[in-house]
Amino acid sequence: MPTRIHPLLIAFTVVVYLFLLGPLIIIFGASLSDTTYLTFPPQGLSLRWFENIWEISAFRRTIVTSLQMAFLGTLIALIIGIPAAYALNRHRVSLPAWLSTLFVLPILVPEMVIGFSLLRSVTVQMGVPVWYALLIGHTLLVIPYVIRVVSASLASFDFSVEEAAISLGSHPAKTFFTIVLPNIRSGVIAAFILSFITSINDVSVSLFLTGPGISTLPIQLLAHMEQFFDPTIASVSVVLMMLTIVVMIIVERTLGLAVVAK
Amino acid sequence: MTLPLTIENITAHYGSTKVLEDLSLSLAEGELVSLLGASGCGKTTTLRLVAGFLQPTSGAIRLGSKDLTRLPAHQRDIGLVFQNYALFPHLTVRENVAFGLKQRKVASAERTKRADAMLDRVGLAHLADRLPAALSGGQKQRVALARALVIEPPLLMFDEPLSNLDAKLRVDMRVEIRQLQRANGTTALYVTHDQEEAFSISDRVAIMHQGRIMQLDTPETLYQRPANAFVANFVGFENIVPLSVTARNGAEVTARSDSGAELTLSQDQLGAIPDRFLLATRPDGLQVSTDPAAVGLPAELGLRTYLGRAYQYQAQAGGLSLVANGPLSQPLETGTAAKLVPNPEQCAILQPE
Repeated sequence: MPTRIHPLLIAFTVVVYLFLLGPLIIIFGASLSDTTYLTFPPQGLSLRWFENIWEISAFRRTIVTSLQMAFLGTLIALIIGIPAAYALNRHRVSLPAWLSTLFVLPILVPEMVIGFSLLRSVTVQMGVPVWYALLIGHTLLVIPYVIRVVSASLASFDFSVEEAAISLGSHPAKTFFTIVLPNIRSGVIAAFILSFITSINDVSVSLFLTGPGISTLPIQLLAHMEQFFDPTIASVSVVLMMLTIVVMIIVERTLGLAVVAK
Repeated sequence: MTLPLTIENITAHYGSTKVLEDLSLSLAEGELVSLLGASGCGKTTTLRLVAGFLQPTSGAIRLGSKDLTRLPAHQRDIGLVFQNYALFPHLTVRENVAFGLKQRKVASAERTKRADAMLDRVGLAHLADRLPAALSGGQKQRVALARALVIEPPLLMFDEPLSNLDAKLRVDMRVEIRQLQRANGTTALYVTHDQEEAFSISDRVAIMHQGRIMQLDTPETLYQRPANAFVANFVGFENIVPLSVTARNGAEVTARSDSGAELTLSQDQLGAIPDRFLLATRPDGLQVSTDPAAVGLPAELGLRTYLGRAYQYQAQAGGLSLVANGPLSQPLETGTAAKLVPNPEQCAILQPE
């Protein structure tokens, strides 16, 4: 006998989905409006606010900066975070327990505080140029995510597999790339996506570190909103959503989403 | 190719804890020696020192004329079989077996040929293209064995290779391991906590306790002539009775227990008996008798358990707790006074500690 689903359950599910997706639908509609102010439902249909993104040079520049920060920051975080996670798991028995906590501490500290302290130390004290300060900020921001996610993968990795490879004559450094890395691949990809999205979305840390001529997209969005209340904001949001969807489709097609969910 | 292994005066620490103390052990060419002991006795530490995953505080390890002591693990050329198989999850069975050959720069075609030949020997040729996840435990351990053997190492080491398998498979696999090791004539070091496993496949067994080898001997000698109380207890001599010689008459020796019971023992059967010694027996070698004329240790019987082939009694004899067996024909009640008669064929004489 097929299970009957209670109508109230269906209604409840619909409400939850509406609550989750409603704002996105509104943004999508608003971005198509022909008006010079944000409105929903859209009045008239136009793509001119999408064109407007490219006409405003600040958006063009900040999209590039945001992508640079997300790509490079995540890359550096992976280069630092994967070996750190490896060491923390490989030598878990002989390392003090607080050490792994130390690496996730930045998640617990409010991002505003991290942003401000980076401004004080890196920008003011050391005089690091804005672009580099931003990169340092974004790298620091995502390292804890890399370590957490890669550690989760390594926790289920049997290190005697690595020892087996070494005993068969494989150099330890080479073994890391030929044996360990392929087996934590899903964790590394998940860490990359999570870090990339965290970096692209970041406001709190970037807010303190952006400077003359160099800003990230979310900061530019805020600045734009203070002066104009036109649907450009909505259009940028839609473009960002599309980007995320494209990334997810690529992941799904090449690896399967289960890899990320794991 | 096979080489003798020599471990000389190895001491090892984990942090400040000493886990091995001045341990020496030699394996002749083609010999299979087991390290047997409870967890924490140092047997796995010894294996990991030889493999190069741990560094000794002092001492030396030699394989043939090659000094391994400070050689990195990947240059030691030892075939290792792990408890949890440790197959490469992302490589096929054939690639797993060929891995060691690839490290030795064997050409691709030759690699495949030799890997397939080795898989054929362990009966898994038909699974060469599978991933390890698709194999059963026994099949995984065969792949691990093939992977260790295909590099034709001068030394094979096994770290509890059968403890993840079920009982029936364990027996089959240990025979298979022994056959392959014999056929190749490879020197082998085998770590296990399973006495039957160690005794059944080894040329010699080292019984370990707290980082030391308590006795290294053939299984037969260990089983019948343990050298000390620890080994005696380990191989099932549950009863240890301290005795003093009161009279010697040729090979006949009369000895008295602390509680005053007298026994007559023959040095022809038991070997030389010192003036003060410990008499060790298994429950099977200590028979319960209610015959008043029997010569044995007077005891009061306690709990009786049924073994199928005999009844077993917990007994109190002059302050000692002993375990003895009695005939099925005559179940005795708790509190019965009886004699415990040692059977010389199943006794061992130990030096007092």
